[in-house]
Amino acid sequence: MSALNVIVSNIELVADGIRHFTFIAADGGELPGFSGGSHVVVSMPAGNRTYRNAYSLLSSPADRSNYQIAVRLQEQSRGGSRFMHEQVKVGTRLDISWPVNLFPISRVGHQHILVAGGIGITPFMSQVHDLLRTGAGFELHYAFRSPRHAGFIDQLKQLLGNKLVCHDQSQGQILDLHALLSRQPLGTHVYVCGPDGMVDALIATAHELGWPDAHIHNEEFLAPPVGEPFTIRLRQSQKNVDVGAEVSMLEAMEAAGVDVPYLCRGGACGRCELEVLATDGVIEHHDHYLSDAEKGAGKKIMPCVSRAKCSFIELNL
Amino acid sequence: MNNLAYKHETFRDDYTYRNSPDAIRRFPFPFAEDHYMYSVNIEQHQPGAKGSIVEHAFDIDEHYVSECEDKLITLGQDKGRYAALPHMMDAQWDFLELSMESLSRDYPHLFTLTKDGERWTWRNGPLGIEDSFVFGDAATLPLEPFEYMGRQVQGDFVLLDQREGTLFADAGFITSQADWSLAFDVGMSWHEWHGPVPQVEKMGIMDRALKFLMSLQQGNPVRRLNWTMTINPRLDTSPEHFPEWGPDKLKVTAQNAGEKAHLRVELQTMFRLPRSNAILFSIRCYLISLEELATYPRWAKRFHRVLRDLHPDLLEYKGIKVYHEAVLAWLSQHDDGAELALGAHPE
Ligand code: HEM
Ligand code: FES
Repeated sequence: MSALNVIVSNIELVADGIRHFTFIAADGGELPGFSGGSHVVVSMPAGNRTYRNAYSLLSSPADRSNYQIAVRLQEQSRGGSRFMHEQVKVGTRLDISWPVNLFPISRVGHQHILVAGGIGITPFMSQVHDLLRTGAGFELHYAFRSPRHAGFIDQLKQLLGNKLVCHDQSQGQILDLHALLSRQPLGTHVYVCGPDGMVDALIATAHELGWPDAHIHNEEFLAPPVGEPFTIRLRQSQKNVDVGAEVSMLEAMEAAGVDVPYLCRGGACGRCELEVLATDGVIEHHDHYLSDAEKGAGKKIMPCVSRAKCSFIELNL
Repeated sequence: MNNLAYKHETFRDDYTYRNSPDAIRRFPFPFAEDHYMYSVNIEQHQPGAKGSIVEHAFDIDEHYVSECEDKLITLGQDKGRYAALPHMMDAQWDFLELSMESLSRDYPHLFTLTKDGERWTWRNGPLGIEDSFVFGDAATLPLEPFEYMGRQVQGDFVLLDQREGTLFADAGFITSQADWSLAFDVGMSWHEWHGPVPQVEKMGIMDRALKFLMSLQQGNPVRRLNWTMTINPRLDTSPEHFPEWGPDKLKVTAQNAGEKAHLRVELQTMFRLPRSNAILFSIRCYLISLEELATYPRWAKRFHRVLRDLHPDLLEYKGIKVYHEAVLAWLSQHDDGAELALGAHPE
C-alpha cells in the first residue's frame, strides 16, 4: 500500500504538551480528500526502528491543501510522541498512510452528541465541519482539566457558538454523563473520545439507559500490521528471509525473490496460505480466512497479513 | 489494442451487438481451471497490461456509445433503476469526482475536465456532452451527480454506506443487472441482498468478503470477476422485464446455441470513497457469444468442462438449467479432451 509523502510546514504549541503539526504534500499538489473522524498513520524513522502512530486529522475535510494533526507528549510514550515533539521540525519529510475512517458520523442519524476529554478533541475537529455542512443537529461537549490543558477552544467557539459546551474541571464543571444522555431524544447518536475511564463510563451509562449499540460510537484506530523483526526459514528452498518490523512476511519473501502465490493481500481469499513447520515463538494471526481452530493449532499462516513474535518461523516452501 | 471506433448496435429487439476481434481478444475469460466454484476471488485493482480491460480504473471500449444509449432506454421505461437515499449525497459527489478524474486522465482524447476552483467543466466527446457546474452544488447540474455520471460510464454502480458493522446498498444506478432488482435491494444490508446466493454460507465466503471490504482503504481499490450466461446479447436482464427475455431461454437448441448463448462476465471493482467513506461497487458487464468465444479453442474447451461439471445449485441459481443440454451439445463439438494448462489466457 503506497504511502503519502508530506513535508511539515508548521508546528505550534497549542496547549501544555500538545503540538499541532501541519503537513503539505511533498509534490506540492493536493492531498486526498477524507471524511470527518479520519486518521492517518505517521511513520517515524528513529534510528534502526520505525514508530507508527495513528493521529486524527484536525483540518476541514473540504481543504485538501494540507493535513493537520495534534500530538500530546506522553511521558510513557513508546517513542512516537517523543519523536514528534523532539525530532520533527518545519521542513521534515514524513511518510503517512492514506486517511482511514474508523470513527465516522452516522449518516442516517439526525441528532449527534460528541463527547471529548482532553486530547480526545482531535477526531471531532474534522467531524464538526462535516456536521455543519450537512446541517445535522449536534452538540460538542469538551471536558478538560484546565484551559491550559485544552487546545483549540477559541477556534471551536468561533466555529460552533452555542453548539460547544465546555466542562472546565478547574472551575468545578463536571460533565454529568447521565444527565446529558437522559435528555436526548430517541434515535440520538453519541460519540466519545478521551481517557479510557471516560470512554468506559459513557458506554456504561448509555447501556444503562437502554441505548442501542449501533448508536454508541468510540474512536478506533487501524492497528498497523507491524511488529518485531524475525526470520523465516524456508524448508524446501533452503533459504532464510529476514522480515523487518514494517514489512509483511509476504513482502519480505517477494523482496527475497521467493515466489509466493497471493490474490487479495488482505487475509480474505486464502490463496497465500502456507504450512508452518516450526517456530520458537507465537503466531499473530490477523486474517479472516483461517478458522479459530486452525489459528489455535498453529500449523497454517496467511503471510499477507499475519506474522510471528519469534526469532524464527519455519515454513514448508 | 482496444478499438474505440464506436459501433452502432443494439442490446434488445434485433440484437445487433457483436465483438470485434480486438474485443474478443481482451475478453475477461474467468476460468483458469476446468472446475468452478465460488471463492473470495478479490485482488488489488492495479493498472494492468496496455489494452487489457484492467489497464484503467474504468474500462471504456468499442460498445461505449451503444451501451450508454441502451441505459437511457432502460431508464426511460423504468425510473426505478436509479435510486439514491438522501444521506448518500456526499457519495454521489465522490462518484462524480472519481469517474470524471479517471476518464479524463485515462482517455484524454475523449473526455476532458477543467477545474477553476469549484467551477468544473466536463466535456464528453463521444456522447457530445458539455456542462459547467459548481462542485458540491447539485442545483448546477442537469441531474443528480450520481445519475449524471452513471449515464456516461459503462456498467452499473452501487454506492454502499458503512455502518453498524455492515454495508448498506443505499444508492444504485442499475440498468444491466443479471436478474436482480435495485428497487428490491436498495437500503438492504450485505447479508440481506446476498441471501439468494447458494453454497456460499457453508464456505464462509460472504463473511470473509464483508470483513475484507469493511477495511478497504482509499487509494487501494480491488476487483473480482463474476459470471453467468445470457441468451441474446441483452444488458437489461432484470426481473422487472423478465417477460421480454425469459422466454428466449426456451428457444436455445444445439444448432443455434453458438449464436444465441452468451457468456456474461462482470468485472466488479470496489473503491473506498474520500468524503463519504462509502464504497463504490461497479459492475462492468462483458458479453460474448459462444461462437465468438470459440475463436480461441482453449476457451471453448475450458468453458465446456466448467459448465458440464458445474454444481447443480449454481446451474439453478444462474438460470442455466433450461438450456444446459443444448449449450453442452454445442460446446462439446469444440472439446477434444486435450489437457489444458492453468490460466485464463486465450492462446
Ligand atoms: C459491495 C459490493 C457488492 C454488492 C452490492 C453485491 C451485490 C450482489 C447482488 C445484488 C447479487 C445478486 C443476488 C441475487 O441473486 O439477488 C450478488 C451475487 C453474488 N455476489 Fe455480490 N455484491 C458485492 C460484493 C461481492 C463480493 C466482494 C463478493 C465476493 C465473494 C460477492 C460474491 C457474490 C456471489 C458469489 C454472487 C452470486 C453470483 C452468481 O452466481 O452469479 N459479492 N451480489
Ligand atoms: S493473499 Fe488473500 S489471504 Fe493472503
